[in-house]
Amino acid sequence: MIDESLKGELQKQGIWVTSMQELYNWGRKNSIWPLQFGLACCAIEMIATAASRYDLARFGGEVFRPSPRQADLMIVAGTVTKKMAPQIVRLYNQMPDPKYVISMGACAISGGPFKQGYNVLKGIDRYIPVDVYIPGCPPRPEALLHAFMELQRKIDGQKLSGASQAEFLKENTPSEYPVPAFGAHDLEPPANLDVFHPPAIERA
Amino acid sequence: MTPSPYFFLVVFCGVAFVFPLMPLILAWLWRRFFQPPKPGPAKNATYECGVESLGEAQIQFQSQFYLYAIIFLIFDVESIFLIPFAVAFTGLPFGAFVAILIFLFLLLEGLVWAWGKGCLNWTK
Repeated sequence: MIDESLKGELQKQGIWVTSMQELYNWGRKNSIWPLQFGLACCAIEMIATAASRYDLARFGGEVFRPSPRQADLMIVAGTVTKKMAPQIVRLYNQMPDPKYVISMGACAISGGPFKQGYNVLKGIDRYIPVDVYIPGCPPRPEALLHAFMELQRKIDGQKLSGASQAEFLKENTPSEYPVPAFGAHDLEPPANLDVFHPPAIERA
Repeated sequence: MTPSPYFFLVVFCGVAFVFPLMPLILAWLWRRFFQPPKPGPAKNATYECGVESLGEAQIQFQSQFYLYAIIFLIFDVESIFLIPFAVAFTGLPFGAFVAILIFLFLLLEGLVWAWGKGCLNWTK
């Protein structure tokens, strides 16, 4: 393993040294292909982000794939109804590893304005692990670009080996999560507790 | 000794074969040594926009659909032929007139047959 100071010294002399991990992460973070689907009004902002004015292509994310088999990133853009939630989880399951999720907008984070309603899922992180959350109703394209850059930063920091190895590389990390079923009143189970770790509410 | 003029073609074919294979081999090696394979029942399932797939892909359509084909021919294709016939009506020679009458008669016969068979009855 080459140390950082030597690398900087070599770079001054015009010699660029890299490692397998850096090269791999550099390639991955600059070619994040999102899954092409939108759920509600946030999808309009996502479309605007991909179009020419905001131009997601600058970050290598313009290749929206119509099939989960080719997608790296799932942008949950909008209100997830309880009717839709099993399909979202199934699509996530069908994506190949490594896969990332951006939870876009108040609805995808927590149910948003529909949180008190009977038919909206109170956050997609109840069933699948989320990497980046963007608040907003809907978030502006700049916010989605920011989330994209955050995700790129995360990918850049993922280690190939060692103790802090990236989760998706570990043998026992699941690639699929159980798909919720329609119950009598709610989805069964209402949340996957292996994934869903809500912060404890401290009451004074 | 000058190389055969086809020698470059052979080199070109070789490069054309190896060049696309290289990334595939690299990707396979990467998967083999770094990425643990994680297949699963949902991941390997048929992709149907997230909905669970039902039944088989090889389903049969009933042969009764030929009736729709015939009625489509009578009402739709006939009108396409009738418009140029009507436009050129005054300048038509006798042979063409008879030919189009025969065509109309054949379709009319099909209409009578379909009518008699009860295909035009609207089923509730």
